[in-house]
Amino acid sequence: MTTHVKYKTKPLDCWQWGKELRLEAYQDLVAGYEQGKLMVLGCAASPYGMLAGLGDFVFLAGEPYGASIAADPPFSIPCMEAYEAKGYSRDMCGYMRNFLGSMYLDKYYFTGGPFPKFDFAWSVRHCPAGHPKWHQIVSEYQGIPMNYIDDETMLSADGDPQHRLDYVAGQYLDSIEWMEKVTGRTFDDEKAIEAMRNYFRNEALWGEICLINGAVPAPLDIKSMFALMPISMLRRHEKVATQFLETLRDEMKDRIANQIAAVPTERYRMTMLTPPPWSFLKIFRYLENFGVVFIGTYVYLINSGEVKFLLDEGKAVPATVPEKRPGWPQIKNREDLCRTVARWRAEHPFQSHLDTRKKEYVILFRHWKGDAYLLLLNRGCVPMTTNMYDFQRDLQGHGIPVAMFEGNFADCRDIDETGVLDRLEAFLEGQGIHKLPGL
Amino acid sequence: MITAGIDMGAQVVKVVVLNDGQVLARSMVSTGFEPLEAAQKALDEAIKNAGISRDDIKSIVATGAGRKAVTFADKALTEVTANAKGTTYLLPSVRTIVDIGAEEARGISCDAEGKVLDFAKNDKCAAGAGAFVESMARALELKVPEMIELSLKSTKEAPINATCAVFAESEVVSLIHAKVEKADIAHAIHDAIASRVSSMVRRIPVEKDVALIGGVANNAAIVDVMKKHLEVDIVVPENPQFVSALGAALSAAS
Repeated sequence: MTTHVKYKTKPLDCWQWGKELRLEAYQDLVAGYEQGKLMVLGCAASPYGMLAGLGDFVFLAGEPYGASIAADPPFSIPCMEAYEAKGYSRDMCGYMRNFLGSMYLDKYYFTGGPFPKFDFAWSVRHCPAGHPKWHQIVSEYQGIPMNYIDDETMLSADGDPQHRLDYVAGQYLDSIEWMEKVTGRTFDDEKAIEAMRNYFRNEALWGEICLINGAVPAPLDIKSMFALMPISMLRRHEKVATQFLETLRDEMKDRIANQIAAVPTERYRMTMLTPPPWSFLKIFRYLENFGVVFIGTYVYLINSGEVKFLLDEGKAVPATVPEKRPGWPQIKNREDLCRTVARWRAEHPFQSHLDTRKKEYVILFRHWKGDAYLLLLNRGCVPMTTNMYDFQRDLQGHGIPVAMFEGNFADCRDIDETGVLDRLEAFLEGQGIHKLPGL
Repeated sequence: MITAGIDMGAQVVKVVVLNDGQVLARSMVSTGFEPLEAAQKALDEAIKNAGISRDDIKSIVATGAGRKAVTFADKALTEVTANAKGTTYLLPSVRTIVDIGAEEARGISCDAEGKVLDFAKNDKCAAGAGAFVESMARALELKVPEMIELSLKSTKEAPINATCAVFAESEVVSLIHAKVEKADIAHAIHDAIASRVSSMVRRIPVEKDVALIGGVANNAAIVDVMKKHLEVDIVVPENPQFVSALGAALSAAS
């Protein structure tokens, strides 16, 4: 160790529990399929807790599955090649390319065995670049039914919002009847309501955890957050996730009170807007040699997490669950559930307009006491790259230093690792941050 | 204090030896496949030219794409920082630096002290760099100085739309078959490079004065078209290919 250590550090007390819960989630993706649980395909941002109304289920969210593969290039590259051999182009969604390649190769990443056959696909629109189209390909390939909620209309600022709410809530109600029909199961409203209450609570908890990390020194770094995020992303509908996230939050508060840092050499705090290139997570470890700690990324504050941005006050605060929000009804039945989910999705920061989002980026940066943003021009995701130069200019206009690099969150072939590190080193030199001697 | 800066370029290693800010010697050798040996050879040559011994050099800083290969250097510095230091030392009024090397181009915005404010670099592409000029000269069966001279005599615009070195070569071949004058093709090649580099440089604020450095800055045809594309006058320091090594040597002194 060097003399550059500024803070004490220690592993998280709840780390082992977190790892076990994460492993259980992955094992369920394996065993659930083998045990004949209902296998459902969808988007990670879907209110999949509703599926609990059908009984035991396994929800394979396409994006985290694509990301898991991306982190393992020897598995990912053959998937990409299998996808390309079908005639699809390289500029499509990187997560989708890993996912579909895995399906075409009939290799399930978590087992190495055959790719699972889904009972049906059910989700919200989620991604303007076409996650429903992705799942349509799966649906046609496997011959499974598919049902998607068109909630894009909720984003419109025109017309009567009540009509739009009726339209989307109506689709949720219809989709429940549809799911009963295609599975032959009866939908239990109580179970669905309970699971969605957990879901809302866990999203708010993860958002709160992300906000707490604004302390100096940061009690968690981004690597640990990515490692623990599967609990909030894949087990959002479970009570055990609430217990864990509350424990993690309390431990973070304890670390803050005792100045226990994730990175003991912390002296420069960086933040991101999007996911990282999953095959290139060593970027974070490498930059620790410069005393750089990554506090978090906007996208996972609001995807598998929720916070409330008070735009006029320039603040980000933990979200409250829908039933505790002023003017929101208690969820007593299926209709209440569907209307609550529709309204909650519409008002979620995930749906923020780009101009609002710019304000949120600045608010979050200040909250996290950041020194610079790191932006990714992501060849693997059009929506997460669109407007990136606009965001860069806006952030710089607020006096925020911005580093930018080009890569792909899901395709290791699109990353010039040496070039990216060189670029970041040059950026840090410009900020007066040099590699710590001896590291 | 005597210091040395070593710029480990993709094609050429450049060394500058300084004594209290005054250049004692320069040297330049091909990088080849053994960068460490090339760096040592370039340093030995510079030491010989300076008439000093290795022990006289108090500090060595390496920069350039292969800087980490120079294991005998005391410190490594990125090209961006070295460029800014070297350029503002030579030309204090410069606020925007355009560096075009063999395989990379970059734009740097800096303040009066040579502090980097922002920068942009090309990614994994040779179309806006010196290697492209050489490749196109080969396609025209000309030596690079001949191509530059011809380009400056061009009277007509010839289109090259490609932003890719490989496709550009095919376009050049098409223009040759279309009996377009070599001078106009040469000009079109330089224009294509300048267009690509300028659009990248515009990602950062382009403020006067603007300097062009790197080996390609010796190409008068590029300087000419860069002025048109950036719509500013461009200054080129003496020995523009040594600016990065100079910046490294200055950093070694500080």
